Amino acid sequence: MAHDHNHTAPPNEIELRVKALESLLTEKGLIDPDAMNELIDTYEHRVGPRNGAKVVAKAWTDPAYKARLLADGTQAIAELGYSGVQGEDMVVVENTPDVHNVTVCTLCSCYPWPTLGLPPSWYKAAPYRSRVVIDPRGVLEEFGLTIAESKEIRVWDSSAELRYLVLPERPEGTDGWSEEQLVDLVTRDSMIGTGLPLQPTAK
Amino acid sequence: MNGIHDLGGAHGHGPILNDPNEPVFSHDWERRTFSLFASLFVGGHFNVDEFRHAIERMDPAHYLEGSYYEHWLHSFETLLVEKGVITAAELAQGKSDPAAAASNAPVLTQEMVALVVNTGGSARIDEEVAPKFRVGDRVRTKNINPVTHTRLPRYARSKVGTIEIDHGVFVTPDAAAHGLGEKPQHVYSVSFTAKELWGEDASPNDTVRIDLWDEYLEVV
Repeated sequence: MAHDHNHTAPPNEIELRVKALESLLTEKGLIDPDAMNELIDTYEHRVGPRNGAKVVAKAWTDPAYKARLLADGTQAIAELGYSGVQGEDMVVVENTPDVHNVTVCTLCSCYPWPTLGLPPSWYKAAPYRSRVVIDPRGVLEEFGLTIAESKEIRVWDSSAELRYLVLPERPEGTDGWSEEQLVDLVTRDSMIGTGLPLQPTAK
Repeated sequence: MNGIHDLGGAHGHGPILNDPNEPVFSHDWERRTFSLFASLFVGGHFNVDEFRHAIERMDPAHYLEGSYYEHWLHSFETLLVEKGVITAAELAQGKSDPAAAASNAPVLTQEMVALVVNTGGSARIDEEVAPKFRVGDRVRTKNINPVTHTRLPRYARSKVGTIEIDHGVFVTPDAAAHGLGEKPQHVYSVSFTAKELWGEDASPNDTVRIDLWDEYLEVV
């Protein structure tokens, strides 16, 4: 099981350790279980990549917003109400015909929570973190993404407290689409850089 | 420290396991562990740099076998005992020692959660500190191998790159992880070519940009 970093069947021992720690801290009056439930509900149900998709779709349809977003990501994202923990200082990087951006945290698992939610397991696990800096093309191939040799792949290793969001290129064939329609094309992986937005189909 | 966490450039960790239907949490103990972080952080029991460093100090085999939230759990247990918030005996029994002193640390309540989540805690410091470098400067990363916390990855030591962005002034984790204050200094996004990092066989077009603190860098 050395390669199964998702560990879908954890040993019971972990559950017991968590229970022991939580009840000890509750007994000592150091934590409030109601606050914990509120935190869980927030990140399980209210924060997710739909937030980032709204940022991207607005940038695709509003050139002034896009300019603000690239100049000061934190401020422009806050305009839509997405700020706070693990998104305090945001940088938005734009994909172009010449550059494909992809993000990673090789030292831990830093990720822009307010815009993308909590990171998927693969983003936090050794295979992605070890390899995307040394073999980005091989990693992107594993995600089904082939980037032309002539294009620069720019890997952002978020070793400090800046958090990165990729602004993917707007898919062709979406002229005249509303911001609301475009949101549905923006995938989580397209904002990490391991994917592209969905292609338009008849709607 | 040159720990197991410093994974950039390592081989042999296997394929990327991408499950598109993965839920936010796979087990209830993950939910509980996740929500302990903000609760304990607001209580002032540790800072984020201490939290990361406690994970880095895990036994390497345990680190690789353990899942993400198990790393968090290990960090909470380690730091709370080290800082005297709880004792090892209390942790083992899951019961508080009646003789232990009562804590007056702040407690995160349900009413505070929305404000805490939406505000966060920026590591940016509103202080004038002169930058040592400007955008466009060529710099070399230092060859440092501290046994303490650092955010200069091994794969980027003694490498020549270019300053691309000056992000402003931030807390220095190397100091903050060890109770040595904030040590405010500039953080830059530094661009390295794939060839500089990985040698002549690397792609001629690709680059890696890493956020690095002033003190990690020297003039070429």
